[in-house]
Amino acid sequence: MTALDSADGVDSGFIELDGVEKVFDVRKKTGFMKRERRQVRAVDSISFRVERGEMVGYIGPNGAGKSTTIKMLTGILTPSAGRLRVAGIDPSRERTRLAHRIGVVFGQRTTLWWDLPLVDSYRLMHRMYRIPDARYRENLGRLVELLDLGDLLDVPVRQLSLGQRMRGDIAAALLHDPEVLYLDEPTIGLDVVSKSKVREFLRELNAERGTTVLLTTHDLQDIEQLCKRVMVIDHGRLMYDGPLAGLHEAGESERTLVVDLERELPPIDAPAPARVVRVDGPRQWLAFPASESAAPLVARIAAEYPLVDLSVREPDIEAVIAKMYAEQAERAIS
Amino acid sequence: MGERSALLEGLRAYRLIAGMWVRSSMTYRTSFIVTVFGNLLVTGLDFVGILLMFSQVDSLGGWSLPEIAFLYGLSVTAFGIADLVLGSMDVLGARMRDGSFDILLVRPAPVLAQVGADRFALRRLGRITQGAVVLGWALVSVDVDWSVPKALLVPVMVVSGAAIFSAVFVAGAAFQIFAQDAAEVQNAFTYGGTTLLQYPPSVFGKDLVRGVTFMLPLAFVNWVPAAYVLDRPYPIELPGWAAFVSPLVAVACCVLAGMAWRVGLRSYRSTGS
Repeated sequence: MTALDSADGVDSGFIELDGVEKVFDVRKKTGFMKRERRQVRAVDSISFRVERGEMVGYIGPNGAGKSTTIKMLTGILTPSAGRLRVAGIDPSRERTRLAHRIGVVFGQRTTLWWDLPLVDSYRLMHRMYRIPDARYRENLGRLVELLDLGDLLDVPVRQLSLGQRMRGDIAAALLHDPEVLYLDEPTIGLDVVSKSKVREFLRELNAERGTTVLLTTHDLQDIEQLCKRVMVIDHGRLMYDGPLAGLHEAGESERTLVVDLERELPPIDAPAPARVVRVDGPRQWLAFPASESAAPLVARIAAEYPLVDLSVREPDIEAVIAKMYAEQAERAIS
Repeated sequence: MGERSALLEGLRAYRLIAGMWVRSSMTYRTSFIVTVFGNLLVTGLDFVGILLMFSQVDSLGGWSLPEIAFLYGLSVTAFGIADLVLGSMDVLGARMRDGSFDILLVRPAPVLAQVGADRFALRRLGRITQGAVVLGWALVSVDVDWSVPKALLVPVMVVSGAAIFSAVFVAGAAFQIFAQDAAEVQNAFTYGGTTLLQYPPSVFGKDLVRGVTFMLPLAFVNWVPAAYVLDRPYPIELPGWAAFVSPLVAVACCVLAGMAWRVGLRSYRSTGS
């Protein structure tokens, strides 16, 4: 690993994007034989760096440019402009060389062979990636144990559940010891148990083997439980890049205090900036800035009102992001 | 990676993937056996058809039956080989639509080899068998004064023909990428597949590729060298050496197809969804 580090240049990031753009030429049919040409900027001048061993969440709404970015990082698509390097390699120019150093899991497509026992797909990887025998056996053994695949190796892939197949796919992507793992919606459609198995595995992979992980997801729990750093993309632009906690501040998010009073009362007279946002019988909801402590507010309500019970709800990142998008849109209009 | 090692890598990847498909088809053993027998039956019926025709006519366009069998056997064998090796390249369109084409692009193997080996099926040996049997019969029955160049020309014709047909398959696949391109890019930005429906897959499927495009190179697979072997005048005035240029035509076709494939792949990677 150290030798590779120096070859790639230790100072630069492991994944580097500099003003990367991707413009699609869209031809829209406007009539018989008539076509309207339009350019769509799927990724608009994105720059970021990911260091070796980081675990980063890449989120944004549908069509924001997440997948396009991943496809450029894996060499599937060629950027229209800008500079892009993964482990010092230009992905689109040296696609096959890069392939040996990255692992990719597309949540909704499998790389496994439908009609063959799971282990056959691994044997193909073994030969296609030219993994030395000893390393293959060791990696397979470890992945089978961590991903709980022991009983599934001889089962045809078509008979696996979605969660089992996802674990199988993740193992397939890691047999050749990639230095970076891209996951596109790794928990989509999985049940709670499978989700937590996948997350636990990824956490261990990152902590113990130092594998760099970049994941796109719709499930914000994935991010909350796995990633210290999150990048938010919308309309092809990077809107936020930083710690998950900072996302709350960036979106000026609020926590919610839910109080149950003894009886139905008029809205609580709370000290600003806290305010009642909803009343339903004896239950009232108060919003207050996420950056402030709930204690003074709780103390005051407890002193002045007949309080039965209360709970504090953390801000929903989804709401935070939605708010961020709305603000961005407003700014764009004005 | 140099051209040579790229070729070796490609062949290796092809072998690995084709092997997986053969094993996949074996898992449905009954189905596999049924298809093999079905193929033999269909092939057999084809023979019957040919024999029926042979029993009714003595000659066709001045060509005797063994001579026609010679033409038929040559082209069917050559096509059969190309069909066995690259016959499933029309799966490419579907692969691009469902996104599984991307999976091939993140593997450390040439994409063309992976696409070529896709859905590799041994049952396609049936066509080769049929062509070879007809060709064999033709070779022993045809009234030809055999010479060394004539005898050598026969295997050369089969190999060149297979290469020419293969080139057409590859060019067809490259065309699929172009045709897909418009629909796919649109589809990426307009939810739902309404625009896709304007492009039925059959538009750029087998019919076009197999039906129309084979006509041109067919002359070199077959007619021109066969005319020489059988001592027949060719309808168009051609120089004497034209009978021997099939391998060159094959190489040219392969180079052109390879270039088309590269351009196609590059266009996918710069405009695909």
